[in-house]
Amino acid sequence: MARAITTQRKITLTAVAWIIALLIFFPILWTILTSFKTEADAIADPPLFLNFHWTLENYAVVQDRSDYMRYLWNSIAIAVGSTALGILIAVPAAWSMAFVPGKKTKDILLWMLSTKMLPAVGVLYPIRLILIQTGLLDTKGALIVILTLINLPIIVWMLYTYFKEIPGEILEAARMDGATLRSEILYVLTPMAVPGIASTVLLNIILAWNEAFWTLTLTTVDAAPLTAFIASYSSPEGLFYAKLSAASTMAIAPILIMGWFSQKQLVRGLTFGAVK
Amino acid sequence: MTRTTRALLGATALTAMGFAAAAQDTTITIATVNNGDMIRMQGLTDVFEAENPGITVEWVTLEENVLRQNVTTDIATGGGQYDIITIGTYEVPIWGERGWLQSLNDLGDDYNIDDLLPAIRGGLTVDGNLYASPFYGESSMVMYRTDLMEAAGLDMPDAPTWEFIREAAIAMTDRDNDIYGVCLRGKPGWGENMAFLTAMSNSFGARWFDENWTPQFDSEAWATTLNFYLDLLNQAGPPGAANNGFNENLALFQTGHCGMWIDATVAASFVTNPDDSQVADSVGFALAPDNGLGPRGNWLWAWSLAIPSSSDAPDAARAFISWATGPGYVGLVAENEGWANVPPGTRTSLYENQDYLDAAPFAQMTLDSINSADPTNPTVDPVPYTGVQFVAIPEFAGLATEIGQVFSAALAGQTTAEDALAQAQDLATEEMEAAGY
Repeated sequence: MARAITTQRKITLTAVAWIIALLIFFPILWTILTSFKTEADAIADPPLFLNFHWTLENYAVVQDRSDYMRYLWNSIAIAVGSTALGILIAVPAAWSMAFVPGKKTKDILLWMLSTKMLPAVGVLYPIRLILIQTGLLDTKGALIVILTLINLPIIVWMLYTYFKEIPGEILEAARMDGATLRSEILYVLTPMAVPGIASTVLLNIILAWNEAFWTLTLTTVDAAPLTAFIASYSSPEGLFYAKLSAASTMAIAPILIMGWFSQKQLVRGLTFGAVK
Repeated sequence: MTRTTRALLGATALTAMGFAAAAQDTTITIATVNNGDMIRMQGLTDVFEAENPGITVEWVTLEENVLRQNVTTDIATGGGQYDIITIGTYEVPIWGERGWLQSLNDLGDDYNIDDLLPAIRGGLTVDGNLYASPFYGESSMVMYRTDLMEAAGLDMPDAPTWEFIREAAIAMTDRDNDIYGVCLRGKPGWGENMAFLTAMSNSFGARWFDENWTPQFDSEAWATTLNFYLDLLNQAGPPGAANNGFNENLALFQTGHCGMWIDATVAASFVTNPDDSQVADSVGFALAPDNGLGPRGNWLWAWSLAIPSSSDAPDAARAFISWATGPGYVGLVAENEGWANVPPGTRTSLYENQDYLDAAPFAQMTLDSINSADPTNPTVDPVPYTGVQFVAIPEFAGLATEIGQVFSAALAGQTTAEDALAQAQDLATEEMEAAGY
C-alpha cells in the first residue's frame, strides 16, 4: 500500500515537473519553430504550431547577411575569458574568506553583493571614457575584464559557499604534512570542490554569454558578440519575426547544447551543500 | 648584392607597399536600424565599394533604442566608433545645433539638393545647414480595407474627418469574426503611442506647450483628444490595444483583423505586398483625419544619414551618403528589387517618375501626406517648438515616454482620461521647471 502511494506521488511529481519544464521551455521552443516558418506564417492567426510550410530560408538569409562565426567566436572568447579570469581571482579570495575569515569578512561579502545592485548605466560614461583613452573600446580584452568584475561577486559567493562545506581539518592536515599554500589550494581544496567550481564556471559562462548591456554599448564591429547579432535583427518598422527567431536560435544554440550536456554537473553543483 | 641584402630590400619594399595600401584604404562604420530599406541598402554595399575603390563599409545594425543610446554615448564621449549614423527628424535639429553633426551642404553636384522634398529638407536643416541627408521619409495616413468599407455601406473620402473615422470604425467592427474597425498605436513610448497622439492632438487644436513653455495637458483640446482616442479604441479597437505598436498593428492589418489603420505611410508597401499581406488586393488609402481646424493628424519623419563630428573618415562618409541618398540610388534599387521597393518620401523626382507611380498606388497619397505636414506650425495655435509628432527639445524623449505610459494605462483601463491628463500635466510641469524653461 505504502509502495502504491509512493508511486502515485512520484508520477504526480514527475508530471508536475514536466509541465513546469515545458512551460519554461515553451518560449524557446516557439522561437525555434518560428525560425523555420515564412514571415507570413510567423504572424498567422491562429498561430501555426507544426502544420506550416517548413523552410530553411531564414537561416540562409541570416547566414548571408551576417558573419555568424565572427560573432560566435567573440562570444566564446568573452564568456570563457571572463570566467577563467574570474575563477583565478575568486578561488584564493573565497579560500581566505572561508578558512581564514577576519572580523570584516561577512561585511565584505555583503558589500561585494551590493555592487550587483547598482544600475550599470550609472558607470557607463566613466568606463567608456577610460576605454577610449586606453584605446580599448570595441576590444574583447576590455569586455573580458568588465564582465569579470561584474560577475566576480557571484563567483566569490558561490565558491565561498562550497568551500565552507569542506572541513578545515583536511586542509590543516595537509599543512601539517608540509603542503605550501599553493599546493593546499591546488591539490587539496580544488579537487574536493570540483563540483562547486564546475557549476560556478558553467553559471558564469551562461551569465557572460547572455550579458547584453555592456556587450551592446561597448562594441561595434571587432568585439561584437552574439547579443549584437540578435539585436541587429530587431526591426522598428517591418515584420521580420522569422529571421529574428532564426538569429536567436543560432545565438542560443551553443549555450543550449553546453547546458544540455553539462546539466548533471550543473545540478550537482547548484545543490551541493543545499541539504544539511 | 648578397641574397640577404636582396631579401631585406624585398621585405622593405613589401612593408612600404603595405603602408601605402593602408593609407589608401578607408573603412567606414555605419550604424543603422533593421528596416527593410536599410537591409536593401546593405545588400547593395558591393556596388558602392566597386564604384569607390579604397572604401570599405562595415555595418552595425542595432535595435532602434539601442542605436540611439549608443550613438548619443559615442558622440558625447567622442568615441568615434561610427562614421555614419542613422537618425531621425527629432535628433537632427538638436544635435546639429550642438555641433555634434557635420554639415552636409557639400555632397556634390550629382546630389541635387534642390530635388529633396521641401518639408523633409526643412526638418533636417538648422540655420541654413543640412545636417542629415534623408534616406527615406514618411508621414502617416489612413490605410483601410475597401471590401469592409463597401460592406459597411460607406465611401472613404480622400480627406476624412475624425467623426467619419469613428462612424466607419463602428460600422466595420465585427467582434464575432475578430474584425476591428480601427487599429491605432497604444504601446507606450515617445515614438509609439505619443507619436500618434501628438499628431492627432494637432488636428484637435491641442499643443504640448504655449509660447511661454507652459504645459497644456490641462486644456480642453487635450481632454477632447484623449477621450476621443480612448472611446474610439474601446468601441472599435482590438483587444489589448495598449500593447500594440507599429509592428503589432501591421500584423493585425495584414492578417485581416483591422478595418482601418492610421500609421506610417511606409507601411503602404507592406500591406499591398501579396507575399506578406492577406489583404493586399483590397487596401485603400486616405489622408490622416482632421477636425475642420486646419491641421490634419499626420506626422512627418525621415530616417536620415548623418556624419558625427567625431568621425575620422568624413570624406569617405560623404561619398557614401551622396551615393545612398542621391537621385541615382532609387534607380539602382528599382533595377535589383523593383520600383515598389525603392526608399520613398525624400525626392520630388521620384513622384514624377511614371514607373514608380505605376508600381506604387500609394505614391500620391504619401506625397500629399508629407506635403501637408508643417513642422514649424504643427497645430492651430502658435508654439515655441518645431516638430509635428514630437517637440524638438532634448527633454522630450524621456518626458513623452513617461506620459505615454500614463496614456497607455488609461487605454488599458487602469486610470481615467482625466487622471491621466492631470498626471501628464504634473510630469511636464516638473520636467520643464527642472530643465529651466
